[in-house]
Amino acid sequence: MGFKEYCFKKSLWLFHFGGASCNNCDIEILDCLTPRYDVERFGMQLVGSIRHADVLLVNGSINRRDKARLLDLYHQAPKPILVVAIGACGCTGGIFAEGDTFAGPVDKIIPVDAYIPGCPPKPEAILAGIVKLLNKK
Amino acid sequence: MSKIIPIGPYHPLQEEPELFKLYCEGEIVKDIKWETGYNHRGIEKLSQSRTFDQVFFLVERICGICSTSHPFAFANCMEEIAGIEVPDRAKYIRTIIAELERIHSHLLWVGLAGHFLGYNTVFMWAWKYREPVLDLFEMITGNRNSYAMFKIGGVRRDIENNKITRIKETLDLVKKKTDLLAGAVMDDPVIHARTKGVGILTKEDIVNYGAVGPVARASGVAIDVRHDDPYAAYPLVNWKVITAQSGDVFAKAEVRLLEMYESISIIDQCLARLKKEKEGETEIVVKEVPEGIGTGHAEAPRGEVFHFVKTDGSNYPVRHKIRAPSYVNIATFRKSCVGQTISDATLSLAAVDPCYCCTERMAYAFDVETGKKIYNGNELLALSQSKTEAIIKRIKTEL
Repeated sequence: MGFKEYCFKKSLWLFHFGGASCNNCDIEILDCLTPRYDVERFGMQLVGSIRHADVLLVNGSINRRDKARLLDLYHQAPKPILVVAIGACGCTGGIFAEGDTFAGPVDKIIPVDAYIPGCPPKPEAILAGIVKLLNKK
Repeated sequence: MSKIIPIGPYHPLQEEPELFKLYCEGEIVKDIKWETGYNHRGIEKLSQSRTFDQVFFLVERICGICSTSHPFAFANCMEEIAGIEVPDRAKYIRTIIAELERIHSHLLWVGLAGHFLGYNTVFMWAWKYREPVLDLFEMITGNRNSYAMFKIGGVRRDIENNKITRIKETLDLVKKKTDLLAGAVMDDPVIHARTKGVGILTKEDIVNYGAVGPVARASGVAIDVRHDDPYAAYPLVNWKVITAQSGDVFAKAEVRLLEMYESISIIDQCLARLKKEKEGETEIVVKEVPEGIGTGHAEAPRGEVFHFVKTDGSNYPVRHKIRAPSYVNIATFRKSCVGQTISDATLSLAAVDPCYCCTERMAYAFDVETGKKIYNGNELLALSQSKTEAIIKRIKTEL
C-alpha cells in the first residue's frame, strides 16, 4: 500500500470551494448531507478548514478574483489532496466560459483528479463520482 | 478601538463567497462592511452575444435557487416588446412552476435558518421535505434545478393532465410537513427567545433602503409584484399578500412559512383550471422581435426581479440590465446588524436570505462632482500597485 492509498483509506473529509457559480451545485452538494442521500454513511463530512480536508470540491467558473484564492487554498491544503471539479462550470467554464472575468476552468489553475459534469449534477452523480474516485486508486 | 471580525469570503457558514467585516467593540457590532465580486460572471455582457432563445438559459443560471424568476422576468420583458399575450395554459404552467420554486426556496431558507440557530434537526427536516418538490420538478421539466421551461410566447413543456394527481399528492404531503415545521418553529420557546426582537427593520428603514420581498413584508410593507403589477395567472386566482408587523427575524420566518401555504393554494387553483384547458396549447409562435425597449418584473422568493431589454430588430439584445432583489436587501444590514451582539448579527444576516450570485455587478469609481467614470476595477488595482512601487522606489533612494 502506497502513501496515497494509506491516506485515503478511511473517512474522507471534504472542503467545499464555491467559485463564481450560480449556487445550484452548492445546494446540490449540501443536499448530499441531508437525510435522503446522507453522505456521512461513507464517513464523509464537510469541514470548515482546508487544513483538515482530504478532498477539495470546486464548483463554478473561476473568475479573476477567485483565482488567487483557489491557488492559496490549494497550497495550504495538506498533501496528498484529491481535487474534484463539479458541474459544467467547474469542468469547462460552461455557459460563462466566454465571460469577461473568466480566468480559466479549474484544471488550468490546479491539478484535478475527477470531473463530475452536469448542470447541476444530481446528488447521486456527485456521490457516484467520489466513490468512483476512491475505487480507482 | 474597534476590532474587525472578518466572515468569509470562503467561510463554512456561507454557501457563497462574500466577505463581511464586522467592526466590533467587545461583543457589540458597531459597523458592518461587505465586499462582493467573488461571484462576478459578466452576465449582462454575455447576454448581448446570445440570441433571445439562448438568453433564457443564461439568465436561468444567474441564480440556481430562484432559477424561474429570472426567465420569468425576461419573458415578461420580451413579451412587452413583442406585444403578445401568452395562452392561458402557458400562464397557469408558468405560475405553477414559479410557486413550486417559492416553496422549495422557502423550505431551503427555513433549513438554513435552523442551521444558523444551531438546530440542525430543523435543517435536516426542511431539506428532507424539500426533496419531494424537487422530484416534482424532475417529473415536469426533467431537471431538479434550472428547469428551462420558459420561452418567448409560452412554455417549452406541457404539464399533461395525467401528472396532476401526482402533483396534488406531493403537495398534500408538503402541506402536512409544513404544518409540522411551522409548529416546531412557532411554538418553540428557544426560537422565540433567539429571534424575537433581533435584527429589527422598521417600516421607515424598509422605505429608505428600498427593500423588497419577504424582508419588506415582514415589516408591514405590503409590497409584492404579483399583487401590484399582476402578470401570468396571478390576477386569475385568489390569494393574499402575507405581511407581519414586527420586522424582526421571527416575523421574517413567519412570513415565509405562511407564504408557503399561499403558494400551495395558488398551485391547487391553477391545477384545477389546467384540467379545463385543452392539452398542448402551451405557446404561440413568435417569428421576430421588433425594435423597442421593455421592462419586466417577477416576484422571486426573495423579492422583485427586474429586467430591462433594448432590442434593435435583430436576434440579440442590444442592452440587457438586470436587478436582483438581494441587491437592495443586502444594504439593510447596516440597520439590522449594528448595535447587536456578534451572534445575533450573523442571524440577522441570514434572515434576509441574501443571494450573492444574483447580485454581482461591476464596480466603478465615480467622481462625486462631475459624475464622470474615473477608474474601473483593474485600473484601481493598477493604481494601488503603482503606489506601492513608488513607495519602494522612494525608500530605496532615501537609503
